[in-house]
Amino acid sequence: MSEKIPVTVLTGYLGAGKTTLLNRILTEDHGKKFAVIVNEFGETGIDGDLVVGADEEVFEMNNGCICCTVRGDLIRILDGLMKRKGKFDAIIVETTGLADPAPVAQTFFVDQDVGDATKLDAVVTVTDAKWLKDRLKDAPEAKNQIAFADVIILNKADLVTPEELAEVEATIRAINPYAKLHKTTRCDLPIADLLDRNAFDLDRILDIEPDFLEAGHHHHHSEDVRSMSFTIPGDVDPEKFMPWINDISQVQGPNILRSKGILAFKDEPRRFVFQGVHMILDGDLQRDWKSGEKRESRLVFIGRDLDEAALRKGFMACAA
Amino acid sequence: MDSITKPVSLREHVVPVEAGEHVVGAVWLKQTLALALADGRVLRWQGGETQSVEAHGGGLLCLASDGSRLISGGDDGRVVAISAEGAPEELARDQKRRWIDAVTMSSSGSIAWNSGRTVHARDDKGKLKSLDVASTPQGLAFAPKGYRLAIAQMNGVLLWYPNTEAKPDFLEWKGSHLDVTWSPDGRFIVTSMQENALHGWRLGEKPSHMRMTGYPAKPRSLSWSHDGLWLASSGADAAIVWPFQGEGPTGKAPRECGARHAKVTRVAFHPKALVLAIGYDDGCILLVRLTDASELLVRPAQRGSGITAFAWDKLGKRLAFGTEDGAAGVLTLPGG
Repeated sequence: MSEKIPVTVLTGYLGAGKTTLLNRILTEDHGKKFAVIVNEFGETGIDGDLVVGADEEVFEMNNGCICCTVRGDLIRILDGLMKRKGKFDAIIVETTGLADPAPVAQTFFVDQDVGDATKLDAVVTVTDAKWLKDRLKDAPEAKNQIAFADVIILNKADLVTPEELAEVEATIRAINPYAKLHKTTRCDLPIADLLDRNAFDLDRILDIEPDFLEAGHHHHHSEDVRSMSFTIPGDVDPEKFMPWINDISQVQGPNILRSKGILAFKDEPRRFVFQGVHMILDGDLQRDWKSGEKRESRLVFIGRDLDEAALRKGFMACAA
Repeated sequence: MDSITKPVSLREHVVPVEAGEHVVGAVWLKQTLALALADGRVLRWQGGETQSVEAHGGGLLCLASDGSRLISGGDDGRVVAISAEGAPEELARDQKRRWIDAVTMSSSGSIAWNSGRTVHARDDKGKLKSLDVASTPQGLAFAPKGYRLAIAQMNGVLLWYPNTEAKPDFLEWKGSHLDVTWSPDGRFIVTSMQENALHGWRLGEKPSHMRMTGYPAKPRSLSWSHDGLWLASSGADAAIVWPFQGEGPTGKAPRECGARHAKVTRVAFHPKALVLAIGYDDGCILLVRLTDASELLVRPAQRGSGITAFAWDKLGKRLAFGTEDGAAGVLTLPGG
């Protein structure tokens, strides 16, 4: 099988600086060729080798899974692009400001042809330091985009005071403490910080420590979308854990935006690593626990209106 | 028993054609083979001579033919016609350069294509009609008789008479419908679906549904037998051939032909006999006779050279094929 083409998903609310970032990626001298899938084709003024207009045609898979929505247009376009392998090294998918990133991400797990030819590298969300707080109040999509992100660019940092910037950052961290966060003006960050993140690669989920120390000290518990993590300082029983996590993702899948976990299964020398997008779970036994590495089991959920106490209780009951 | 474990080979009857690019499709224009290539070119081949024609500035996405012309849609937003000789002719151009995802052609020379969610149909006299549909169609097919177009889209198939004002009929079935085909007698419509299935309708006063499921992959290649009684499909480790005698395949088991440890990517029925050409993702090609399941080897497996295109010539004497890595060839059946 030839190498899978990495796909970076670029989200962000209108005016946050997505187009600026896209143009930087395309014009900077990094020796890579991109195929770019944009919305509102022809209106953004993007120069690139291969720019494709998309229609954001979200549809529900006819498989009884209510939140299993995928992007039909993306499947069609990727199918077309894959006939021209070798003409580009990576793909960037830009979404509209109003888009929910989940159907885009789910497309890579649900469609086998897409999954065989490409791999989702990371969801990059561009936010605006000046207006983010307002957007979070009036636009649920803005919150989803932050909750979903692997990389967050807090752009237009020059337009606010240091205090305001710290407050916006804390707001973002209350929703998603795990993403890499970059504070920028005009999206000026090294392109290497955006690409080849392997954020969805089970082998690369080396640890799920928050990106900054001690998440949640700001305690923005007013946010309906937020993250939570639970740790069992030892092994879990897979016979208890697997049915529990499957049940949680089926019942609460619509509210769970992303999930990740690294677990020590009883009598299993390898780490069990999983990740999920809504109801879709992807997990595997990975490398051995290293000698000296503490065998512990840790779980992260980012979601909307999740019952932290109940989830904690359920997970703790899986201890071996 | 030797013929079952090791099929008789036709390899020495295959002439290679160097396409050099992913072959999107192949058609015969009388004695000329036309290979549509992913980089926007069409390769014309006749008697060992090849000639390259640039059809599209970017990629070539889809094609159709009526036996005299090949029409193709590209990511440059153009629809282009190419004949056995001469320069390509531009038939349409989208102002916004949107991809042309689907084209089709009727035997009388009417054509249809999409640009985004708009479907255009041009009859054999050149009259153009357009229709906006709910989602970008990936499959278009004219009825075998009459000027009527089937449009595969989200949650069903739209049946449109372009030259009448009548509201199009909608055959509804939840899910994303990709390719669409009309049975040669016009009684059935079948689509391939995102959900690794075929869905069919028996047309009539009250169209009835036919569900054909169980594929491990999307069945993107469909081919009707010359008598219209069988529909072959890709998407499994054998060609799945559904019986369409009488009321159709409901309640009947399909035939499985050419089972191997590889995925079938293309199927093409011989135009005059119950012989099916089967191409696999490992590059192998078999001919299978439906009546006794006997197999002939046309091309051995070749890693990375999955079959992407088939075309029988009109009399069924020659079979052209194309692959994902730019190899192609023409089999001439011996003794014909």
